[in-house]
Amino acid sequence: MAKLILSLEGSVIREVPLDKERIMIGRKPSNEIQIENLAVSGEHACIVTILNDSFLEDMGSTNGTLVNGNPIKKHILQNNDVIEIGKYKLKYIAEAPAHAPAEDFEKTMILRPAKAAPKPATEPAPAAKPSMAPAAPAAAKPAQPASAPAAVAATVAAATTGKPGEPHMLAAVQILTGPSAGRELDLVKNLTTLGKPGLQVAVITRRPQGYFITHVEGAKFPIINGKMIDAQAQPLHDHDVIELAGVKMEFFIKK
Amino acid sequence: MADLSNVLEIATATHSGMVRSHNEDSIAADAAVGLAVLADGMGGYNAGEVASGIAVAMIGAELKKALAAITGELDVATGVKLVGEHAVRANNAIFQASQSQPQYAGMGTTLVVALWHDDHMIVGHIGDSRLYRMRGSKLEQVTRDHSLLQEQIDSGLITKEQARHSQNKNLVTRAVGIDPEVDAEVHSYPVQPGDIYLLCSDGLNDMVTDEDMELTLSSLQANLPLAAEQLVQQANDNGGRDNVSVILVRVLKNFPARSGLVDRMKSWFR
Repeated sequence: MAKLILSLEGSVIREVPLDKERIMIGRKPSNEIQIENLAVSGEHACIVTILNDSFLEDMGSTNGTLVNGNPIKKHILQNNDVIEIGKYKLKYIAEAPAHAPAEDFEKTMILRPAKAAPKPATEPAPAAKPSMAPAAPAAAKPAQPASAPAAVAATVAAATTGKPGEPHMLAAVQILTGPSAGRELDLVKNLTTLGKPGLQVAVITRRPQGYFITHVEGAKFPIINGKMIDAQAQPLHDHDVIELAGVKMEFFIKK
Repeated sequence: MADLSNVLEIATATHSGMVRSHNEDSIAADAAVGLAVLADGMGGYNAGEVASGIAVAMIGAELKKALAAITGELDVATGVKLVGEHAVRANNAIFQASQSQPQYAGMGTTLVVALWHDDHMIVGHIGDSRLYRMRGSKLEQVTRDHSLLQEQIDSGLITKEQARHSQNKNLVTRAVGIDPEVDAEVHSYPVQPGDIYLLCSDGLNDMVTDEDMELTLSSLQANLPLAAEQLVQQANDNGGRDNVSVILVRVLKNFPARSGLVDRMKSWFR
């Protein structure tokens, strides 16, 4: 769970877990985080937390709210952001729930708008999207109960990890026959098509496991090392000779 | 209704991905009717695939029946209405099942339906399953997700770049079967011969960038089934964290609805 660390002039006052969907910050005692200082407005700012994302919004305070030194009205909190309200600082620490069950990763889930209550008559009927709370936290509609923004029927979403599936090797084909003999083509893209459209085309795909060749179109299939392949993808090995649309070329691994 | 089996070429592929044990996506496509349906189910145990299965089966069968029952010509406006109505019916069926059977409680599904008719495509969608159009060599997203992320982008809260790294990719704000009522977003678009349409579940677009999808479709468009397989394979090569489903539909030629008597007379004299 994410938390805020409230401090004044370098000394920590307390830690506040963001365990509620909506946490108010201000001078009045009704606030979840009360800061008794005249520079702080009665209701100064609020933080709406939906799953792993927390949204900070200034509630129209007199002296404003800063994040990392810049005044903001609305802000998505990032790990280690420092919120400044008067002389007080609140550091936002996002703690990704590492214990999340693996099978919930990336699962599609429904986020239900606050009670699919009868739509207000003012809303243009069918095309209107259900009003979503976090996009415009209740600021505009203070009449809504504090707990209204959204009932989240969901657990957690895991962060996407770094880009997987990048093959480490780089390969190329060199044309051996025909007018462009000697030309070399680096296979840097995920897909490289070879051949003559309408006559015979094959594709070389770059995958984590290596390079593969697959027939795309034409009556004739590519010939690898003198042997015609079938409709299945065929792995390519260093120095394989590919024959396609009457042209021979050599596949080789560069690194 | 006109038979579009000579007009539309369709290829499909679906896979449970590299992480999930079962596939909660459901797809159906029928070139003759000019209909493609894709749904991405959610809910515990097997409820997700029940929900997506109901949606696809109901819309596939009942929309087909409704279209067959139409005497005379279907205009695009009526088509739009039909698609919306059938999404509502599927919603009712899933919602009732989830209310009456405890093991299905809370199940729901996204939905994207495309109906080709009279040189137009009618698209209805709910949730974050998408329809893209490839025209020339440019791939464009036609539907706009009903998702938290999309709303954050729309409201200017985050940029598209930030959205790529958001942790809330998988939260939809609208789904079929969750509430007693649902609105499908339905639009119609003019179609051109040579267009390729891509319907997909978020398992594809979360794992494969739009640029890679465009590259795959443009380089493999001569072989639609291979292009569909290739898209699924790329999603899996990139991690395959979700079920991934793809329907590709290529428009081979114009398909105006048979014209009325007056038009026929006109063409007679032309």
